[in-house]
Amino acid sequence: MSQAPTTMQTGETILSVRNLVKRFPIKGGIFSREVASVKAVSDISFDIKKGETLGLVGESGCGKSTLGRCILRLIEPTSGQVFFKGQDITKISPTEMRKLRRNMQIIFQDPYASLNPRMTVEDILMEPLEIHGIGTSRRERIERIFKLLDLCGLRREAIARYPHEFSGGQRQRICIARALAVEPEFIVCDEPVSALDVSIQAQIVNLMQDLQKELGLTYLFIAHDLKVVEHISNRVAVMYLGKMAEIADAEELYTSPRHPYTKALLSAIPIPDPSYKKERIILRGDVPSPLNPPSGCYFHPRCPEARENCKTQFPELRDLKQLSETPHRGACHYAE
Amino acid sequence: MFVHIVRKLIGVIPIIFGVALVIFILLNVVGGDPTYQMVGKHATVHQIEELRHEYGFDLPKPVQFVQYLKQIVTFDYGRSYATKQRISDMIVGGIGPTLTLAIPAFILTTFIALCIGLLVAYYRGKWIDKVTVVFCVFGMSLSSLAYILFGQYFFAYKLGWFPISGYESGMLERFQYVAMPILIWVIVSLGYDVRFFRTAILEETNQDYVRTARAKGLTEPRVFFKHVLKNSMVPIVTNIVIEIPLLILGSFLLESFFGIPGLGSITMDAIHNSDFPVIKAMTTLQSLLFIFGNLATDVIYTLVDPRVKLS
Repeated sequence: MSQAPTTMQTGETILSVRNLVKRFPIKGGIFSREVASVKAVSDISFDIKKGETLGLVGESGCGKSTLGRCILRLIEPTSGQVFFKGQDITKISPTEMRKLRRNMQIIFQDPYASLNPRMTVEDILMEPLEIHGIGTSRRERIERIFKLLDLCGLRREAIARYPHEFSGGQRQRICIARALAVEPEFIVCDEPVSALDVSIQAQIVNLMQDLQKELGLTYLFIAHDLKVVEHISNRVAVMYLGKMAEIADAEELYTSPRHPYTKALLSAIPIPDPSYKKERIILRGDVPSPLNPPSGCYFHPRCPEARENCKTQFPELRDLKQLSETPHRGACHYAE
Repeated sequence: MFVHIVRKLIGVIPIIFGVALVIFILLNVVGGDPTYQMVGKHATVHQIEELRHEYGFDLPKPVQFVQYLKQIVTFDYGRSYATKQRISDMIVGGIGPTLTLAIPAFILTTFIALCIGLLVAYYRGKWIDKVTVVFCVFGMSLSSLAYILFGQYFFAYKLGWFPISGYESGMLERFQYVAMPILIWVIVSLGYDVRFFRTAILEETNQDYVRTARAKGLTEPRVFFKHVLKNSMVPIVTNIVIEIPLLILGSFLLESFFGIPGLGSITMDAIHNSDFPVIKAMTTLQSLLFIFGNLATDVIYTLVDPRVKLS
């Protein structure tokens, strides 16, 4: 079931993920044989159109980051395909993949640990330019670095400093500048604001939106903060235990969620109004172990709407009634 | 930079004072009166008194301590009880043989261990890595005495490749005597060093910024040499530098087993003969070298790690 991506009505598809699976083997015993495996990402498919932002939400440990890294092959996927502009990048050699990294970049969650402590900002931004052969003279590259710093709201003096001399928000700006240095078309944002202060979060999200408009970037925006995702995304995908639960237009998903898990998640968003009383859907129990997922629908042990066949039958992701032009898909037997 | 070093040097003075006090208490106060040992069983009270006066043991302890401090500053530790030689001359004479053994051994060990450490860290998890780790643990577990006895019996006595023990101070002759001790030194320390270097390098391999480097599109060798290696050099350089000053003291075991008249042998002999002034001098020397070695490491840290600021 691996059809090549097609052009969609609203825009050209830049990235297509088809049946992506990542299993992590668990080794045990004397000869460290594989005794079990964790399906961190199981059978995920979706498309991202050029210039759009797809938000990806889910609880901790549901496989969001693994999915993001598999798409860039920072972790090798176990099976499935990833098409970038029509090319299946899971099949290409590491050398070709390195060249492709010019077009596909990533911003990591932790701006403290993801910058080399012994490189100055200049070294950090110069390295991608050098290895991808962008610019010819050193002078030209420095010029580009200055432009990047301007673009990301950093002062030009920053060029000679080391990462530890900056605050968290500034460091994340350096990370963004680093990702942008090679002029990519597609960026995986792996929880780029969750390590930051709330006041700084807004700055960084706004910066990313401005950059998107200015440079025509496409984002896969991974987060667990639903409000941030609503603010930045065109479409939103919800993951549960390595599976896609629901994917739809952002506004539609937030106003009319269909999957019981999405409903529960949305009801948990805090509202800054003490007089507002809202019906909370409290999920009982913990996220089941991905080592030994429940039978049938993965969500059934915690689902307030679960019925008998949910325990045995696995719900495939299917088209639901859509309220906007964007398809609304969900994996629930009883969602409309 | 200069101000930083001077400040550190001033900070070292109270440490030296404290160390001197501890050594003094251990050897002069708790250690007992060495005169009884020197005069033998049948000495008269008069003889003992005379000797005590000659060596200054009848002076009050604080006065003796000030004398000792003066010895540290002037590097004049008096004479050995056993050989009556000036201790400073003994130390100067012992440095040559000690360094003939220690310097080549240290350089060889560091060089070989770094090469193997790099190799196994690059091929982490592969069979070459696993086999090396097993050999390292094996090498570390075996006592160095085993290597010494095996070397002396097999290579020196049976095969006759090296002299069993002894030393000549000729510029070239000396090396035939230190060859086997050097070899044993290298083998004994290799296991520890390789494991340390490997761990130091692997620690960096798992850092987040290494993943960033891969996401940039760098080749694996470039990630390894430019990002991983540069950062892991901080603990590695520290570990190497801190060992250097202690090389002067030599190896107690190797020098005494192979009859190399270096500082290690001198110390061992002094311990056998209860030669207090020599023991005191060597203990002090070791402490001083250790303190200044640490100081040097501090300074080097500021050179290799931009996060350590001089202020």
